[in-house]
Amino acid sequence: MTTDTRPALLCLHGPLRQLAGGRTQHELEGATVIELLRSLERAYPEITGWILDERGRIRRHINVFVAGELSSEATPVAPGERVEVLPAITGGSR
Amino acid sequence: MTELLVGTKKGLFVYEGEPGDGFEMTARAFAGEPVDFAMRDPRSGRLLATVTSPFYGPKIWHAEDAAGEWEQADGVALPEGGDQALEKIWVIATGERDGLLYAGGDPGVLFESHDGGLTWELNAGLWEQPSRPDWQPGGGGLCLHSICTWPRDPDKLAVAVSAAGMWLSEDGGRSWRRGNTGLNPAYLPEEALRDENAGRCVHHVERSPAQPERMFMQFHGGVFRSDDAGETWTDIAEGLPSNFGFPLTVDPADPDSAYVIPLVADVDRVTPEGRVRVYETRDGGSSWSPRGEGLPAEHAYVTVLRQAFTRTGQGPELELYFGSTTGEVFGSGDAGATWSTTAYRLPPVFSVTAG
Repeated sequence: MTTDTRPALLCLHGPLRQLAGGRTQHELEGATVIELLRSLERAYPEITGWILDERGRIRRHINVFVAGELSSEATPVAPGERVEVLPAITGGSR
Repeated sequence: MTELLVGTKKGLFVYEGEPGDGFEMTARAFAGEPVDFAMRDPRSGRLLATVTSPFYGPKIWHAEDAAGEWEQADGVALPEGGDQALEKIWVIATGERDGLLYAGGDPGVLFESHDGGLTWELNAGLWEQPSRPDWQPGGGGLCLHSICTWPRDPDKLAVAVSAAGMWLSEDGGRSWRRGNTGLNPAYLPEEALRDENAGRCVHHVERSPAQPERMFMQFHGGVFRSDDAGETWTDIAEGLPSNFGFPLTVDPADPDSAYVIPLVADVDRVTPEGRVRVYETRDGGSSWSPRGEGLPAEHAYVTVLRQAFTRTGQGPELELYFGSTTGEVFGSGDAGATWSTTAYRLPPVFSVTAG
């Protein structure tokens, strides 16, 4: 029996992509969404505070999808899974 | 030449010109983003802007040229792992040491920079106030919106938080005490007025540079003056069409001067009688005079927010500017005697600074 050790694939867009070295796709270690995002912050300190706030919560108008499903900080991430970080659809008040 | 920095719901707009001769827009930055406040530090020439992205949270940015590259300042965050997040930065003010700047924000926090705004740290003295769990937010949040330094004395500092009232420091912000005596709002029951922790919804405070013990305050239902550096306050609203409003400014040359822009009431936050008028006192609030020549005089139901009224110069050459949530900026080059429209058809104006 072999253990799957493939990293997850985190995808960033817009200003988040610019803060992460200009790259859209990032192979990162982490068993949950927040572990993955903390790995991202360690690799690119400038992105700290942009996706997660000081409480460790995903900002209200950012959506994180794991394998296409809207997810939260604690959502498990399987090896090799694709995680998309996207600005939410907002409007009306702005 | 006067430079105006106009923070709006959809970006920063920069204007240059002379009062009376018209202003030209010279730059727009942060297109589409809410710019809550922007200022140029006259000592360094550096521009600083506070932007609250609805997606990515509040940041402070700095640049040498508004049309050039803006860089994010470091350290503008609350301690990690707590139960609160920074919501917004409302104001930036220069301090009384080289490179010293202050920034005030929601939830009732003060940041300090000692390198001209490149890096910031949270003021621990105010953050660790024991009464903080009881602080109540105003309608705009728990915002620290007024920072009053004392000319040439960096130890003396006053800040105001809506609705946690006035806070005074005499050791450069290491320790703080309240300065709410005399602030007796109509929205509190009689019994609660004795409770210094009960909410005092201060809207804006300015200190007179010429006589620093003298301060003026626009309150949520009241205009007040202090002659003892914010320890006690006296209501001076008599003679105004309303005691409600947000912004306030002073003539730095005259400690008896103050300017306010009254709105009808908290339940109707527009200029009274459909007329835009600035009210001026030159006797410490004993009397008030309307200054409206050149301002809209009919069918004008305008709101001016707390950071959207500013000044540059002093005495007879005092220039005054204010912006409205209907996207106009009005200016006066003669201490409020006459006014003209400086800019119009902007997004809702959050802040105006001049230099």
